[in-house]
Amino acid sequence: MAAEQAKVDPMKQFAIEPIAGTQGWELAGFNIAFTNSAMWMLVTVVVLFLFVLGGMKRELVPGRWQMMVETFTGFIDNMLEANIGKEGRKYVPYVFSLFMFILVANLLGLLPLGIVGIHPFTFTSHFTVTGVLAIISFSIVLLVGFWKHGLHFFSLFVPHGTPLPMVPVIAPIEFISFMVRPFSLALRLFVAMMAGHVLLKVLSSFVIDGTNAGLGFGALVGLPSFVLMIGISALEILVAGIQAYVFALLTSLYINDAEHLH
Amino acid sequence: MPQIAQLAETWSSQVFWLLIFFGITFFVIGRGMVPKVMDTVAQRDSQISGDLAAAKAARDAADAEEEAWRVKENENRAAAQAIVAKAKDEAAAKSETRLKAAQTRLDKKLADAETRITEARTAALTEVESVAVEAAQDIVATLAGVKVTKPTAAKAVKEAMTHG
Repeated sequence: MAAEQAKVDPMKQFAIEPIAGTQGWELAGFNIAFTNSAMWMLVTVVVLFLFVLGGMKRELVPGRWQMMVETFTGFIDNMLEANIGKEGRKYVPYVFSLFMFILVANLLGLLPLGIVGIHPFTFTSHFTVTGVLAIISFSIVLLVGFWKHGLHFFSLFVPHGTPLPMVPVIAPIEFISFMVRPFSLALRLFVAMMAGHVLLKVLSSFVIDGTNAGLGFGALVGLPSFVLMIGISALEILVAGIQAYVFALLTSLYINDAEHLH
Repeated sequence: MPQIAQLAETWSSQVFWLLIFFGITFFVIGRGMVPKVMDTVAQRDSQISGDLAAAKAARDAADAEEEAWRVKENENRAAAQAIVAKAKDEAAAKSETRLKAAQTRLDKKLADAETRITEARTAALTEVESVAVEAAQDIVATLAGVKVTKPTAAKAVKEAMTHG
């Protein structure tokens, strides 16, 4: 058995700690302490700002950096055009912000900065955060839908070609699936990010405890776990991109429903 | 699970700061910077397509000019050939009339000469005849001592001359 108790708490990385001195900040009775989570949101914004700023050289022949930024804006632009059509272009600022904000946050959370004493905090692993983003997306869908189609927007719940007797059955199902959207949007991102980080932490505790338990355990448990960690880290980078993409893609699909009904 | 354990004490700060920072992202980056980046892309695309269109127009113009030049060249060549042919025809016609004139002149000269020759020959022949008659009279007178009258001699001479 392991000689020492595991010191790695896989959940500690998700703990929110107010940064010194901001504990008591309040706004209209609500606590708005500047936490490590808020700190990493700030870092995300700064990184994203610098990234896009590098693409603002507006050169006719783009350099590498400008090319990279233009690739991202072109990617979002194409996605919206493919899913929504010409009307999709006006959502580029929102979907681009959403995609890049989540992507940068996910990637920053994966940085191995713990070895220099800074602990990255993945705020996308908190459903409070992903929930707010999902609600913003869902609100946009509702606003656009009711703005463009008025009460006709409710016809979204009756798919095209539904036989009349089936309408009372189909409509509630469609309504429920519609109302589930913000939850699925928020939970998918939160769960994917959290699961990956927990897995990495659990494996790292295997590595530490296994190595501490002696050479045999180290070779038998620690080494394979470490190899697995490397692989899963690569997978997590992929997941960071995919989850940001899925969030943006689903948002654009939902906006398409609001723009065109069916 | 801190997400749930800390929910009551942290949700307001989480929501507040997220709205602040995502708001900054949206308004500053999304609304402020992204359109400029996309503008640059659109500008570049339009410049490229404009340049391509200009190049194509220039090529078309060059082609058209070449075609026009070729047509003109062909016309010029045809015109030149027509002029050459005309000049040739004219020269041929002129030389023909000249030749014809020369021919008639020559013909006339020839005819004249022939007449003159005939006349001369006739004259010569008459003279030869009269000489022959006189000679025949003389010869007869000398050899036979017979006086032959001129008409008889002439008759005999003529007979001999015609028979050879």
